[in-house]
Amino acid sequence: MQLLAKRFASFGLMAAIATTATAGLKVGGDFPNLASFQFEGELPSNLAGKIVMVDFWASWCAPCKKSFPVLDELQKKFEGQGLIIIAVNEDQKKSEMDHFLQENKISFAVVRDAAPDGKKLVEKVDVSTMPSTFIIDGAGKVRFVHNGFQGADTKKQYEQEIESLLKK
Amino acid sequence: MKTKGGLFLLGTLAMLILAGCQNVKPWQRGTLADYTMRGDRDPLGVTLDEHIYFSREMASGGRGVGGGGCGCN
Repeated sequence: MQLLAKRFASFGLMAAIATTATAGLKVGGDFPNLASFQFEGELPSNLAGKIVMVDFWASWCAPCKKSFPVLDELQKKFEGQGLIIIAVNEDQKKSEMDHFLQENKISFAVVRDAAPDGKKLVEKVDVSTMPSTFIIDGAGKVRFVHNGFQGADTKKQYEQEIESLLKK
Repeated sequence: MKTKGGLFLLGTLAMLILAGCQNVKPWQRGTLADYTMRGDRDPLGVTLDEHIYFSREMASGGRGVGGGGCGCN
């Protein structure tokens, strides 16, 4: 009886810790290998050694919509210097994503995080908000993380961070 | 024996309470962000509610909240 009671109590404690703990990918961490995930849509083939921005978004997320023109501008501005932007969609239905993309024309790559095996990139990365953007260097390390999108301020930060990585 | 019973009760309660907790991850909030989840989607209903609230409390407003439930930003 005593053993059972102790086990119950310790299980409750563990469950409480598991509920409150947040993992999340931090600056300096290795970004998961994108090739190990099955996306709907094709990833750009030439990612090795490039500065990659991975943006998690959904059609229902208003700040994501605001961020798209900025990301598009960045892609066009830094494309020739080695920047690749990949927008990872988290919509439940593909039709929602398609409808959004029809209304918001963009030039960067978009893939849908809907693997048939249920292994989702967003769960691995464990983003804390939508949108979340990770700027990854040529070695695959996360150099900058943005949670949310605050308009011109975020755009300025993006530009400064990308330029700082391109200089190296 | 009292302690054992207490521990058992605590553990059971923790299990029951935590089983009812479910974190909705940021990327799972599509349904919460849907238009149908908005409290102000029916203008006539809101007007009537405001009228009742004003009649009872002699005050109006203060009902709005920022965002649409998606927890974005």
